[in-house]
Amino acid sequence: MFILRNIVLLTLTAVPTSLLAQEAPIPAIAEACASCHQLDRSEGNTAHAAPPLFYAGNKYRQEWLEQWLQAPYRLRPAGGFFADHVITEDGIDSVDEASLQDHMAVDSSKAADIADWLMSLTPMDDLLAASSDYQPGSVSPRMGAMDFVKFKGCGGCHRDTPEYGGLSGPELYTAWQRLQPQFIVSFIKDPRAWNPDSAMPSRGLNDGQIHKLADYLKILTNED
Amino acid sequence: MNREANIFLNCLLGLALILTLGMSAALEAADAEQGRLLYRENCAQCHGLEGSGKGINAPHLEVAPRNHTDYEEMNARTNEELFKAISEGGQAVNKSVLMPNWGHTLSEEDINNLIAFLRKLCCEQ
Ligand code: HEC
Ligand code: HEC
Repeated sequence: MFILRNIVLLTLTAVPTSLLAQEAPIPAIAEACASCHQLDRSEGNTAHAAPPLFYAGNKYRQEWLEQWLQAPYRLRPAGGFFADHVITEDGIDSVDEASLQDHMAVDSSKAADIADWLMSLTPMDDLLAASSDYQPGSVSPRMGAMDFVKFKGCGGCHRDTPEYGGLSGPELYTAWQRLQPQFIVSFIKDPRAWNPDSAMPSRGLNDGQIHKLADYLKILTNED
Repeated sequence: MNREANIFLNCLLGLALILTLGMSAALEAADAEQGRLLYRENCAQCHGLEGSGKGINAPHLEVAPRNHTDYEEMNARTNEELFKAISEGGQAVNKSVLMPNWGHTLSEEDINNLIAFLRKLCCEQ
């Protein structure tokens, strides 16, 4: 029994070290990013300051990444972690705009190199593959919006147009341009499988329901 | 009072004590400080950092989030009702679907910690 337990312990401790061994070192071009972003799976992201990037290759579309790094625009109306950017007066919360910083920008050749490197970070291939049966489809804008806002409650935390929706989550009217379709599906299914610190709940939706929501995000981009 | 009636009464009292202790045990073990952190990370985006129901998302919700500092409203709810509302969402307690079902995201322990914090917030001032 004692020996068995030791074997189990040994195997358990062996796993993280082998994972660590596989992680490539952070290249010099991305060093500046590490002060805010989690670039390494083993690091832990207790600061909440910025979205984790260690699975960037499983999340973004490379073209978007390269462009955004040169001309970043705000995605989260209340910053990296909303609670850090809120002022409360007489019990009423509002976004402390003054506390929001513009994101650093890099030139086009740096952006290309960084995007290349970020896209090579794919530790979540298996999780992503579990959503591979999603075939982007279509949904009427009216039905899609009703589902998103009224029936599934996504609009409480997310904007689906620049004017409409909640502030704690990233805007979703450019989501289809920046995110891989399978990531969208997988994240809605189980946000904490991607980011244990996520403030987004899993609502236990079935695949059909999730695909419909993803289709709605798709038409938000294709409409204009 | 005769002896038998006395023994019977004592047993009854003992039973009542065991029942009350059992029911509050889950909550007694709950950690309101842990609940406070969970509240800030998950609930405050809609219910507000001070729990007044006026979080940053509140103006964008068709149904106003519950004010957790309202003594009357909160006192009218049992811990079981609060557990159900958090775990299964607003719809399960005939309220708005905009209140998510957190049972897929938070553990039972998390939810009990949140309830312990809610009890402090509403009713211990
Ligand atoms: C001072 C802290 C800080 C530094 C340094 C920083 N970022 Fe960010 N980054 C943030 C914050 C905060 C956000 C969230 C902004 C938003 O949502 O509007 C963000 C967002 C992003 C996003 C979009 C994430 C998403 O999924 O929404 C990408 C991609 C990104 N950063 C890449 C980088 C790269 C690459 C570097 C290094 C060249 C870098 N960042 C440096 C703070 C930082
Ligand atoms: C209680 C607030 C809340 C609700 C309700 C909510 N989300 Fe989110 N969502 C967030 C936050 C906060 C994030 C930022 C990522 C994180 O915290 O991990 C996010 C991230 C996302 C992302 C990833 C976007 C990105 O750029 O990283 C998608 C896609 C998404 N949500 C879709 C949805 C859909 C669809 C619904 C409705 C079923 C929904 N969300 C409901 C808060 C919420």
